[in-house]
Amino acid sequence: MSRSSKKGPYIDVKLSQKVEAMNSAGERRVVRTWARASTIYPGMVGHTVAVHNGKQHVPVFITEQMVGHRLGEFSPTRTFRGHGKDADRRTRR
Amino acid sequence: MARIAGIDLPREKRVEIGLTYIYGIGLHTSQTLLQRTGVNPDTRVRDLSDEEVNRLRDIVDREMRVEGDLRREVSMNIKRLMDIGSYRGLRHRRGMPVRGQRTKTNARTRRGPKRAIGVRKKGR
Repeated sequence: MSRSSKKGPYIDVKLSQKVEAMNSAGERRVVRTWARASTIYPGMVGHTVAVHNGKQHVPVFITEQMVGHRLGEFSPTRTFRGHGKDADRRTRR
Repeated sequence: MARIAGIDLPREKRVEIGLTYIYGIGLHTSQTLLQRTGVNPDTRVRDLSDEEVNRLRDIVDREMRVEGDLRREVSMNIKRLMDIGSYRGLRHRRGMPVRGQRTKTNARTRRGPKRAIGVRKKGR
């Protein structure tokens, strides 16, 4: 179920403070964040945000199309290494 | 012959059902459209008067996004998800379920028919 529009989008406060500070100072720096649930808002376009995936911070360059999505959508938490590698080894023996 | 939104002309059926043969119109939209145009949903498509067909065609052409346009919109939305590198886009690329369903079993609609996997017991 989606979030009630009465509440408005969820935006991580600390993160938006940092982004706004960078916007007013006119600088571009990579911000590290753990706030995967935070919605991407128009002011973040053009910045690079390093979003934690549980292990590392994955750098995400925010484009206009990403507005409205959550940060976590761009930082995958799982690595799929494929199936059947053990089976290969077993047949070779 | 009733020809609405391009190539659709299901005869013999009640209009209510006939309209749902158009991609983008389900039973519910069909019913509301018929109510708004004042066409009896029980009439067969072949019994529709030209004037009724025109009224329906008019409202569909004017207000609805159907058939090709709708298909294009849907695939554009999917393409957008893939282009921005979002998780949902990745799932679409892989042909896996997009909305967090389990994949240990099932998910056959998205993943297609089963492929044999694993080692055969005998051999060499």
